[in-house]
Amino acid sequence: MSEFFTVASLVFVVGSGIRLATPFLLAGLGETIGQRSGVLNLGVDGVMLLGAFGAYWTILETRNPVAGILVGIAVGLVMGLVYGVITVSLRAEQGISGIGIFLFGLGISDLLFQKKVGTPIPIRGFGDLHIPLLADIPKVGEMFFQHSVLVYIAFLLVPVVAFLLNRTTFGLNVRAVGENPAAADSLGVSVVRVRYTTVLLANGLAGLAGAVLAAELGIFQQNLTNGQGFIAIALVYFGAWRPMGVMAGALLFGMVSATVLQWKTLGLVSGAASSLTAMAPAVLTILALVVISRTVGQPAALTRPFDRGH
Amino acid sequence: MQARKYRKVVGLGAMLAVLGLLAGACGSDAEGASGDDGFRIAIVAPSASNDLAFSQSIVDGVNALTGVSAVDITDGTFIVDDAAAAIRAYAEEGYDLVIGHGSQYGGSLQEIAADFPDVAFAWGTSADTFGLPNVSAYTAASDQGGYVMGTMAASMTSTGIIGVIGPIAVGDAKLYVDGFVNGATATVSGITVNVNYIESFSDVALAAEAAQGHVANGADILTGTAQMVVGATGVAAEHGAKWFGTQSNQTALGADIVVASQVYKWEVVLQDLVDGIKKGDLGGESHTITLENGGLLIEFNDGVDAGHAKTIGEAAIKRISAGLLGTGS
Repeated sequence: MSEFFTVASLVFVVGSGIRLATPFLLAGLGETIGQRSGVLNLGVDGVMLLGAFGAYWTILETRNPVAGILVGIAVGLVMGLVYGVITVSLRAEQGISGIGIFLFGLGISDLLFQKKVGTPIPIRGFGDLHIPLLADIPKVGEMFFQHSVLVYIAFLLVPVVAFLLNRTTFGLNVRAVGENPAAADSLGVSVVRVRYTTVLLANGLAGLAGAVLAAELGIFQQNLTNGQGFIAIALVYFGAWRPMGVMAGALLFGMVSATVLQWKTLGLVSGAASSLTAMAPAVLTILALVVISRTVGQPAALTRPFDRGH
Repeated sequence: MQARKYRKVVGLGAMLAVLGLLAGACGSDAEGASGDDGFRIAIVAPSASNDLAFSQSIVDGVNALTGVSAVDITDGTFIVDDAAAAIRAYAEEGYDLVIGHGSQYGGSLQEIAADFPDVAFAWGTSADTFGLPNVSAYTAASDQGGYVMGTMAASMTSTGIIGVIGPIAVGDAKLYVDGFVNGATATVSGITVNVNYIESFSDVALAAEAAQGHVANGADILTGTAQMVVGATGVAAEHGAKWFGTQSNQTALGADIVVASQVYKWEVVLQDLVDGIKKGDLGGESHTITLENGGLLIEFNDGVDAGHAKTIGEAAIKRISAGLLGTGS
């Protein structure tokens, strides 16, 4: 075990944990906004897949990573509009609708990939951005300041979303709609408009999360997300519907995953122990979830459609 | 009125789901193959049929067969229940040979094959036919190619550290990894080969991060097996590490980094299987592709200068094929 507790090893674990946490963080932040307004979207993973394919295909065709990221976000916004119509306007049951969105994203992204691309072709995303001066700090620079620009954007969005939810009139309306939509409506807040906005933001960020995944990996494959969207939803509960909490959950998940990877690479775990440690990130998250969900309540109107007059 | 509206919106959600599933099922393609004597083959595979790895190897193999009139593929069935439904549907439709390409399908295939004694099934990668006369098993002696790759990798590394990314330590993946490690350590004593089984066949992001870990720990040569390695090859390219592929030719993933690939030629055993079925022999035996029988091929990438490593690899191929060298697996 002494091999693990070296500076080089710890530097890798922290850097790797941050990279692994990024897609969870982006999708989780979006889902936080949506859930705070009372809209649950179990289709995050499907939207991520569509965003990932959109970004991948755009970068493949144009060799422009920025265009790819923008297309990923745009795809997410379109899916947000669809989900808004289904759950806000038509007031469909959110759980079933979300699963429908997931299956739709899973199937369509694969179909488009087969028809438009075929075999996996590598793309070039964003290289690592070494932040001047900070990146040169020994070890610290390597851990925190030598990542892709998309990683920095994801973490910068945490205070932005926190500010949006906690310090703006829009955020106040979002929270009011998520707790008691009838009361918010009686005070003149348009529940429909607020929920459409949050659903669009949530899905736009899910699309961005998928785009980041494809751009960073430099490839697309069937079911590329491998369930990351569902973990992001769990992290929203883990983070008690607060951006900082979601970030803490994403980092915990990423760091534990990176630690397990490093243990395996160094041969510190093998055989059955290897299989058990692979479950560690999920098990830890579930345990934390159980503890937190006992102390913090979810938005009171979560999953409840709003029907004026009923 | 309200109930009708509710039904309508639930129906809309369900329609989305069905659309998605239909889109996924569009991976099921009927393809014509050479020959027109009405022999139809169905393949059920866990990942995309063009994944440059496991699933593509069986699709390429079946498409290379002669005397087959149609090939139908259901790919992406990483959920075993979905695969079981597809296998049963193909059997009911009277396909002449139904291939379950994935060790995880064994339990389902055993049950289904017993219900359709007149239909021939093939299951891989495995050596187990369940004692059923209509089930053939097929597997790859991937340790052989792994050993060859290991000898080459050991002679190419300048750091003395090689990284291996595996999915789950089972089947041909484990054989390949074991062979690779044995080949490397037999070539250069004291060499470090770090093996990381990520416990997933499909987690591309985790495979990429495992590759990052190997590079961070000093590896300048990487290899890996299963369909999730497409992320790891990108990491190898980014850091200038060389890559050894397996299952299919992976040069397309990095013309500058892929030194060689072990390619599965399943047609070597499947052709005998098809010919046997036409004569009324539905199976009951296990088949293995090897370097000796031509079922395993090492394809070198001329775009990468492997130096004397290629000579070392070719010598290992000859010795293994002649039975003069064991892989230790």
